[in-house]
Amino acid sequence: MNDSTPKQSPQQSWWQRLTGGLKRTSTAIGAAISDLVTRGPLTPERIEEIEDMLIRADLGVDVAARIAAVMAKGRYQDVKESQTILADEIEKILAPVAVPLTIGDGKPFVILVVGVNGSGKTTTIGKLAAKFHDEGRSVMLCAGDTFRAAAIDQLTIWAGRSGASVLARAPGADAAGLAYDALVEAKGEEIDVLLVDTAGRLQNKASLMDELEKMVRVMKKLDPAAPHVVLLVLDATVGQNALSQVEEFRKVAGVTGLVMTKLDGTARGGILVAIAAKHKLPVHFIGVGEGIDDLAAFTAKDFARAIAGLE
Amino acid sequence: MFNTLSERLGSILNRLTGRGALSEADVDTALREVRRAMLEADVALDVVRAFTEKVKAGAIGVEVIKSVTPGQLVVKIVHDQLVEMLGAQGDTIDLNAPAPVPIMMVGLQGSGKTTTTGKLAKRLTEQGRRKVLMASLDIYRPAAMEQLAVLGRQIGVETLPIVAGQPPAQIAQRALQAGRLGGYDVVLLDTAGRTTLDEAMMTEAAEVKRAVNPHEVLLVADSLTGQDAVNLARAFDRRVGLTGIVLTRIDGDGRGGAALSMRAVTGKPIKLMGTGERMDALEDFHPSRIADRILGMGDIVSLVEKAAANIDAERAARTAERMRKGQFDLNDLRDQFVGMQQMGGMSGLMGMLPGVAKMKNQLAAANLDERLLKRQMAAIDSMTPQERKHPDILKASRKKRIASGAGVKVEDINRMLKMHRQMSDMMKMMGSGKRGAMAGLAGMLGLGGGAAMPSPEQMAELAKKMPGGGLPSTMPSLPPTFPGGPLPGLGGFPGLGKKK
Repeated sequence: MNDSTPKQSPQQSWWQRLTGGLKRTSTAIGAAISDLVTRGPLTPERIEEIEDMLIRADLGVDVAARIAAVMAKGRYQDVKESQTILADEIEKILAPVAVPLTIGDGKPFVILVVGVNGSGKTTTIGKLAAKFHDEGRSVMLCAGDTFRAAAIDQLTIWAGRSGASVLARAPGADAAGLAYDALVEAKGEEIDVLLVDTAGRLQNKASLMDELEKMVRVMKKLDPAAPHVVLLVLDATVGQNALSQVEEFRKVAGVTGLVMTKLDGTARGGILVAIAAKHKLPVHFIGVGEGIDDLAAFTAKDFARAIAGLE
Repeated sequence: MFNTLSERLGSILNRLTGRGALSEADVDTALREVRRAMLEADVALDVVRAFTEKVKAGAIGVEVIKSVTPGQLVVKIVHDQLVEMLGAQGDTIDLNAPAPVPIMMVGLQGSGKTTTTGKLAKRLTEQGRRKVLMASLDIYRPAAMEQLAVLGRQIGVETLPIVAGQPPAQIAQRALQAGRLGGYDVVLLDTAGRTTLDEAMMTEAAEVKRAVNPHEVLLVADSLTGQDAVNLARAFDRRVGLTGIVLTRIDGDGRGGAALSMRAVTGKPIKLMGTGERMDALEDFHPSRIADRILGMGDIVSLVEKAAANIDAERAARTAERMRKGQFDLNDLRDQFVGMQQMGGMSGLMGMLPGVAKMKNQLAAANLDERLLKRQMAAIDSMTPQERKHPDILKASRKKRIASGAGVKVEDINRMLKMHRQMSDMMKMMGSGKRGAMAGLAGMLGLGGGAAMPSPEQMAELAKKMPGGGLPSTMPSLPPTFPGGPLPGLGGFPGLGKKK
């Protein structure tokens, strides 16, 4: 599932990796746009083609139709210009959700990380731990994924790498109890940030979602404000299903923000635009690689330009 | 699974079937909605496009069949196209090669390769009675090989001993060697995945393939994947050459568009699907049944097959004959109950019926009580043979005796008797050769000579007959009267709807 070995790739900036990852989308879009522009005025069929192209990038039917409609209004002379318009439209949707994650009051500041199986929760926690540690905060990890045996080891490895302490129990232990104890311990040791991992679960499995709800509930007993932040980790390859993931996890665990992982591949991540349009949840980070520092803040403009194929 | 898409398509097509005549514009509108529904279910755009075009072409040139509305015809065309898209016949894992048969699993990280390898091994061992050896070729992910070993111990399947530092292709060869020496029938090779499609992974997979020449190369793909699914399937097929696809997480929240796309894009059959976290949650992929399910037309095929397997044919024929003559007594009713229980009880049965997807919530609300069947059987068991044959002799004192014997109330007995009376009335009606809606059903029940398969038109007809909107009011009163045995229960539906 989640990998914990950093890949031995030459150092690139996350921006290069992101544009690299989005390249397939952007080249497809770029080609489509140039094709559209050079073939003269935009007819209804052409508009539909733009729409289709955006659908292919996982932007979803609604958003695609809206953007295509905007594009249909103007007549653009060159590719660059229409790409800019496209990027602007996408940015308009993304800008309100590009909110950095701020560590507020609350000591410890509890961050609960949720998501479906294999979305990259544990890896994201490792990266977050390193980031907070570098910022001079004390960090504790809670290995709340007591279901997948490897997850506990994986988190322990990440803890070692990032200089965080870790509370783990044998596989099969009660996750809610573990979260409660972690919070008690973090309070006692005056830890700044407590990162709580959870087992991956599909959002339509009622019993597993109940278990998640219980984790939140028991933490609230100790600290009514906890968890201060609930991050939903989404895999960039996921399609329209992500919309229902956001909905369900929000209902059960009160998700406050999103992290999108695995943007370093062919996956497009266009689903973020659809989510932003529908749910308006903050997007805090994007994961662009397997290394410890491959977690970048989400910026609307860059992301929008990358999707539209602009460097 | 596929519920979201199923509900959407069902409501779109239902609007068509109710109409007397269809214009081209009607079909266009419906197809636009179908297109949208499919895209929102993550079916690849190209596939959606081809699909709607084919349906349209089919709908325009079609010959009008009497007694079927144009809308029903469209449903049939959509159904046929779905089947074509998913692959006309079901393919299963092919083991027809000299032992040990090497099977290679490929896919992205997190798609469920290792779990699927374990599930497949368990299945081949338990159902296929094969001796299986599993080997992990994942030398990158920490503890990947141990994970497979642990899995092997759990399910009682041998794994290849781990030798550190060997490259994947060598491990594969060693696995095959061990397979030959150990007299294994099948060797499952679980390859390493990456988070994304990359050159290194493809090269490695291709090397392994060259080294052992696997009989099956199965792509393990996550059905939650979006439009990228097509690229994934294409890339693996081009570089490694696939023989089939295994879809995992079919039990997700029911979109499954990737499933629809992959077969259409690669032309490679979907052979298996993972339907849950338990190790035995791996099923054959039946394209036509999945198409039925997506359309919400119910899994009639499964229903009939299950019925055929579970019900003693001779007894069924006898019951049918008695039904025809109107001599349906309580013994027969009891047989029906038993048959029904064997088929997974009421809710199991209901799940397979057409149109039930729509009323699933109402069903849950109605709280179908599985124990009801048992209680009613207990009541029959508490009767004397005479009483079972001639329920008419049951008067108050007998009922009281039976009720206390079976641990039920007299009202329950009355209710069951009423149901029995209604059923036998209905059967007399069918037996007397009344045509109409019942005729098709009677055919299905085996009354019309053998277990004739209902045609899609009949299925559509049946679906239409199911009371849709009016259900909530009648549902709560259904449990006492509904359980009429496996198939007569079907007939009981429309009849009851009218009487109430």
